[in-house]
Amino acid sequence: MNTPLWEVFVRTRNGLAHKHAGSVHAADATMALQAARDVYTRRGEGLSLWVVPSNAIVASDPADRDMLFEPTGSKIYRHPTFYEVPDEVGHM
Amino acid sequence: MYSQALNTRDTSTDSSPEAIRFQARIDDEQRIEPNDWMPEAYRRTLIRQISQHAHSEIVGMLPEGNWITRAPSLRRKAALLAKVQDEGGHGLYLYSAAETLGVAREDLEDQLLSGRAKYSSIFNYPTLSWADIGTIGWLVDGAAIMNQIPLCRCSYGPYARAMIRVCREESFHQRQGYEIVLTLCRGTTEQKAMAQDALDRWWWPCLMMFGPPDTDSLHSDTSMRWKIKRFSNDGLRQKFVDATVPQGHFLGLTFPDPELRFDETEGHWQFGAIDWDEFRAVLSGNGPCNRERLEARRKAHDDGAWVREAALAHAAKQRKTA
Ligand SMILES: [Fe+2]
Ligand SMILES: [Fe+2]
Repeated sequence: MNTPLWEVFVRTRNGLAHKHAGSVHAADATMALQAARDVYTRRGEGLSLWVVPSNAIVASDPADRDMLFEPTGSKIYRHPTFYEVPDEVGHM
Repeated sequence: MYSQALNTRDTSTDSSPEAIRFQARIDDEQRIEPNDWMPEAYRRTLIRQISQHAHSEIVGMLPEGNWITRAPSLRRKAALLAKVQDEGGHGLYLYSAAETLGVAREDLEDQLLSGRAKYSSIFNYPTLSWADIGTIGWLVDGAAIMNQIPLCRCSYGPYARAMIRVCREESFHQRQGYEIVLTLCRGTTEQKAMAQDALDRWWWPCLMMFGPPDTDSLHSDTSMRWKIKRFSNDGLRQKFVDATVPQGHFLGLTFPDPELRFDETEGHWQFGAIDWDEFRAVLSGNGPCNRERLEARRKAHDDGAWVREAALAHAAKQRKTA
């Protein structure tokens, strides 16, 4: 049997969310965390690690990109610059 | 992670709408991601290149690992241990990137262990003295950096991201190597002679690391068009020579090339002819250490088999009792 594949996410010290770093092979979650520590955080890059079985991730299909993301293109009223505020009012 | 929905067949030709859109995205400097449509040849080329690169990092641990227990001080030992561990990490980032293209890690390992896969010719040379460790860091990692920096902008996203991580770590490797050589060059006559001997042996193999001359490099054109590669072999080699020769002269060392001279008009260091027969011999398995390297990898793999099996059995048992 092949050793399962895990995706690794690292939360760095700058306060941002966990970010995908790569993957590791490991028999179980404990070993996956240890491998992720050794492979992706050798220089204090992270303050927290997530490992997720790769086959548990559901990804959107690039072929659906337009259907999924195109509709927001016309919704410019979702951005602050759509609205007019007189200069006299100052920064808002 | 993305391998579930990969395209398996390539029914399109270069003039298909997908292929045209693909090339347009590349020309536009967009990154290609694992699930995106890509020509089969692009996928194959990347799998070959990334896995060869990964194998090189892993086999590259062997020549330097040879000196860890004999490092001359605790400082040097800690640094060398960290460097060799980094190279293992580089191999793993790269295997991980290759796997996004739909190959299994086990298949890649098998290609290496069975001798079907290639890895960099440089790791088939022996490390005979401590000076070799300094020289490898300075020259081999130096050459690797020249090669790898343009790969940070490779069109394939996971490869480019792995290379960014690798490049961030390589600079330490080169500096620790140069420091070792510098210390030897400032030491006794014998120590300086060790450094010179190492340079004499490693210089030409390092120039070969950039691959065959542009005039007979097979895959270059397509790789350039796909932006997997951005500079030619000869271009990168020249860049390396120009950067390295002054560093060597600062050490008071002599390069083993009587034809080496600075061309004022070109602004480049001109060097003598490379022995491509030696390069081909090493690449086809007849270098000084090819057999030893593969045997070491196979032994490590076989000796670790019971650990992998035990870990899987333990995981299965835990699942059952959970
Ligand atoms: Fe490396
Ligand atoms: Fe390195």
